[in-house]
Amino acid sequence: MGEQLLQLLLTGLTLGSIYSIIALTLVTTFNVTGILNLAQGEFVVIGALIAVSLQGTGMPMAVVFLVSVILVGILGGLLERLTINRARGASSLGMLIITIGLSISLRGLALLIWGTDTYSLPAFSQGGSIMIGGAALNPQSIWIFALVAVTLAGLYGFFEHTFWGKAVKASVYNQTGARLQGINLNTISLLAFVSAGGLGAAAGVSIGPITMVTYDMGFMLGVKGFVAAAIGGLSNVGGAVIGGILLGILESFSSGLISSGLKDAISIIILLGVLLIRPEGIIGAIRERKI
Amino acid sequence: MHLKNHKGLILLLFLLVIPLKIDSNYLYSTLVIIAIYSIVVQGLGILMGYAGQVSFGHAAFFGLGGYTAAILTTRFQWPTLLALLAAAILPGIIAAIIGRQTLKLRELYLALATLGFGILVHIIFNEGGELTGGPSGMSGIPNLTIGIISFDNDQKFYLLVWFMLLLILVGIYNLVHSRTGRALCSIRESEYAAENAGVDCARLKLQAFIFSALLAGLAGGLYAFYVSFISPSPFSFHTSVQFVLMAVIGGLGTFWGPLLGAVVVVSLNELLREIVPLLIPGAGGEYQIIIYGIILVGLMIFQPKGLSSIGRYFRLPLKKELKPEG
Repeated sequence: MGEQLLQLLLTGLTLGSIYSIIALTLVTTFNVTGILNLAQGEFVVIGALIAVSLQGTGMPMAVVFLVSVILVGILGGLLERLTINRARGASSLGMLIITIGLSISLRGLALLIWGTDTYSLPAFSQGGSIMIGGAALNPQSIWIFALVAVTLAGLYGFFEHTFWGKAVKASVYNQTGARLQGINLNTISLLAFVSAGGLGAAAGVSIGPITMVTYDMGFMLGVKGFVAAAIGGLSNVGGAVIGGILLGILESFSSGLISSGLKDAISIIILLGVLLIRPEGIIGAIRERKI
Repeated sequence: MHLKNHKGLILLLFLLVIPLKIDSNYLYSTLVIIAIYSIVVQGLGILMGYAGQVSFGHAAFFGLGGYTAAILTTRFQWPTLLALLAAAILPGIIAAIIGRQTLKLRELYLALATLGFGILVHIIFNEGGELTGGPSGMSGIPNLTIGIISFDNDQKFYLLVWFMLLLILVGIYNLVHSRTGRALCSIRESEYAAENAGVDCARLKLQAFIFSALLAGLAGGLYAFYVSFISPSPFSFHTSVQFVLMAVIGGLGTFWGPLLGAVVVVSLNELLREIVPLLIPGAGGEYQIIIYGIILVGLMIFQPKGLSSIGRYFRLPLKKELKPEG
């Protein structure tokens, strides 16, 4: 029994790390642009699917990872320029509908190119599972944990130690003030979507070896990202990470111990519970930190 | 209400007689679907356009209505009319239970919460086992019978749903031109100002929410009787989005908006299905999905206030924004 619980915990941590990354991108985009990007899950899937195609040409996994991240980053930027940027001044509902439209189109595009097949990606490194106290840890999980750590460190470094990071921070705190200081909000919004695309792809390529990849898994991944972000209060980076990991563990335990069919229901119930009881997020205890 | 205010409604009545001369089941079924969706969007239009509250979960109420009608008639042998009534009332009750807490949320949080509710209900339909028939659904829903009339063909059903829609339109016309309608508008403009003017915002928002759930449930019940088969797939998040789309595309806060939106979105889907394979030989449903998404984005960028506002360019009496009358 103890081993099973440990196993579920490890699975939950892996899943939760992926949710964390998706939540991170959602929160960053939301903080910077005020847009809740419902197409985020599609970035994850398209990233994974591009990797599937690239990997088929025999490229090494590291190159596949990088190319996929860059391509989806460009895609994110392109979509921002073509749609979000042109709809400046639309209501938040209008923006939400635009991102829904994007996600519908991207899903159609994925269906067109990759079809309804289920794909899988090879793990980043060879070797069998690592045994920890009787439970098996997939080496891919370690890569995913590393990805979360690198992402967090990267975001920290960007916001604290670069000019652009500080500019983004300034524009989150006070848009008008930032603009008066000569910070170009247009560029910042572009930056947000490029990084959302890139990070989404990174999450997609990393999770590919563990879960299978299908063209239509983006929506639910996006929703999980929202739940994680909502647990953290929608604008709190640290909260999003913790929220994602909590959600992953809860899901893993509930599908392992109760029923796997209700796995998705659990996360929705958590979402509703959080929104109704504490809309500012459960992790409100952690000091409010927008970036 | 005066007759002269109702040129549009009378025109609609005349338009509805025309298809009776045409014998095409395809046309009838499309028109029935338009009317059923339009009933949902009428309610959603009140909620979004007048009370200013968004819902991404109305497919859930639509589905609850459908499943209520299906379960009561096939499992418990209720008379069909009574089941249809229950199909409207049950979603209304559920809306009353969840509404008070949910409607405290604002904008994106409300969108997220209703989205979550919609997904949750969809999961329940899928995982309901014996009761809902799971993913494969349930069939054998009897024809709707009112008195001695059994609505057993497309033409009869067409008349029934459009007659209902017409009644609802008249009701909504009266509602938005009443004290309550103006109070709802004031909530949309500013809740603080509305409260200061003595409007009980929480109560009115809840009423609008319940009203929209009732209509969605009614439409769901009608849908179940029309199709005579029910499964979870027509009640997914995608349908909720379609409803919001219809409301927004038609023009929020306009009288003809919801109907126009339903007509445009359903026709667009049908048109894309017909036209896309002609333009791109061998194209499957994928192109349809892609183009649908692109049109959606384009509309939001270039026509964010909905299609009713186009009417102004052509001096059509489409846009009828609510103005308080003395």
